[in-house]
Amino acid sequence: MNKYNPFEKILIYFGIFVFMTFILLPFIEMFYASLRPLDHLFRSPYQFYSDDLSFWAYREMWNTVPMLGRYIFNSFFLASCVAILTLIFVIPAAYAYARFKFPAKNTSLYILLAINMFSGAVILIPLYKLLRTLGLLNSYQSMIIPGVAFLIPTAIWLLKSYFEKIPIDLEEAAFVDGASRVQILRHIIAPLSTPGLVVVGIYAFIGAYAQQFLFAITFNQKKEYMPIPTGLYEFIGYQSVKWNEMMAAALVGMLPVLLLFIFLQKYIVEGLTAGAVKN
Amino acid sequence: MNQKLKSYTAQTYIAYALIAPAALYIILIVAWPLLETIRLSFTNSSLAGEDYVGLENYQKMFSSKKFNGIVTRTFIWMFFSVSLKLIIGLIGAVLLNANLKGRSIFRVLVMPPWVVPIAIGMLGWLWLYNGYFGIIAGVGMRTGILDGPFGFLAYKQSAFISTIIADVWVGTPMVTVFFLAAMQGVPRDLYEAAYCDGASRWDRFFKITLPQITPVIITMSLLSAIWTFNSFEIIWILTEGGPRGSTTTLIIDTYKQALGNYKFGRGAARAVVVMILLMLFAGFYLALLARINKKISHE
Repeated sequence: MNKYNPFEKILIYFGIFVFMTFILLPFIEMFYASLRPLDHLFRSPYQFYSDDLSFWAYREMWNTVPMLGRYIFNSFFLASCVAILTLIFVIPAAYAYARFKFPAKNTSLYILLAINMFSGAVILIPLYKLLRTLGLLNSYQSMIIPGVAFLIPTAIWLLKSYFEKIPIDLEEAAFVDGASRVQILRHIIAPLSTPGLVVVGIYAFIGAYAQQFLFAITFNQKKEYMPIPTGLYEFIGYQSVKWNEMMAAALVGMLPVLLLFIFLQKYIVEGLTAGAVKN
Repeated sequence: MNQKLKSYTAQTYIAYALIAPAALYIILIVAWPLLETIRLSFTNSSLAGEDYVGLENYQKMFSSKKFNGIVTRTFIWMFFSVSLKLIIGLIGAVLLNANLKGRSIFRVLVMPPWVVPIAIGMLGWLWLYNGYFGIIAGVGMRTGILDGPFGFLAYKQSAFISTIIADVWVGTPMVTVFFLAAMQGVPRDLYEAAYCDGASRWDRFFKITLPQITPVIITMSLLSAIWTFNSFEIIWILTEGGPRGSTTTLIIDTYKQALGNYKFGRGAARAVVVMILLMLFAGFYLALLARINKKISHE
């Protein structure tokens, strides 16, 4: 029943081609532009063909924006801090949701879902004032603190489902043998849930990497703390935008999350869509 | 198990203790700011200080023609963006669900716009939309559709459409992936039975696939509406709400008022409107989710 005749096959592949073109065109065009010399890019109308493609822009971009390396480091540093902090807050909470019965359990889980729906933009004003009072504007913390808050809800849901997959009998047996809760957590739950922790950690890292822009433009004016999504806009500050170098830097800036995601996409997508296809 | 080992109340205390750090964090960084935003909306708060002004911010806001225009524009923008995401996402999911060679690769290739930081992806769109050197203007000029360079982000209508397209680009992958997951969750025997009864491919899609994934379609429309409503970076980077306000949505306006001019009070009043609308969406979504879950547990 799943056999397609040649005509149907062609039709489907053509559809996929059109769909994929829409999805991938910006990336392809970014990559192509990064390989072309600037004077080829500055021709109107658009030239489809360049004969002297090179990776020159990938070397030159570090001179045009000398802080580029620092921005990439900042992005990594910020995303790592956010991911680690998120895990620290989420592990005990997710464990509680997976294993215990308590009043307001479901309600609070739904409240967590609802928090996901608020964009950071709604609470920027009090946060700005709070960070200013604490003297934390223009610092790494100003981007880490709100970042963690918006990743906690999904991370709890994801990790909870991983904990639920660990057979409860193992814990029961250990408990009967006189192991304490802490011992159970360390010797049974921790090793068995490592894959889940890695996935949730990477989810948090990717999320933190992606969400840097809003908090960075609002709470931080200092170049030395800028993450790459805002740092890239320095290329625009010049009299004529060096598009090839900017595209090269953009691709280098997105590569880490892209690679992480491609390696782990199966697990992350499974976790996120689990709720959608429960039955 | 725990009933046997510990009393219910002890369990509750442990659970609360474990949840407390995360809960306190969210209360401090999300819940308190939400309440504080409401309070600030009744003041003329700025960097200089604040005074209570009652409903002034709201009166000014609702009597301003500009603000009403922004609300209408936000919903039009949302309507087109969400519908396109759902339609393109559904078509994409159907295509990638076809049992053909290479589909597992395509399924991975759909995802980049979703994963990549929006601010970086938008650099690509800035280049595509470039009126002189961009590929879209280039194709337009070469085919004669455009009679010269055309800055897509420089004119009211084209900027409005261009920001929608970029937003659809960011949002479609997730919709596709969820629809695809839902389609694969449809029990195979339904199709086999229909096939034996001689149902055509169209029949099978409209009479089995579509009804079966309807709950997911409904939840995704709501979620997608919420995220689209919240969409900030895309518009901010492409147009900053311009030209002449033509792409200023509620979120953009809120941001501009609050952190462009440091008029915290006025910004907060707008944020409260955003909040109320979001709560309506969220309420719909959660009610729906509860109903779907109930239905599943009954079956």
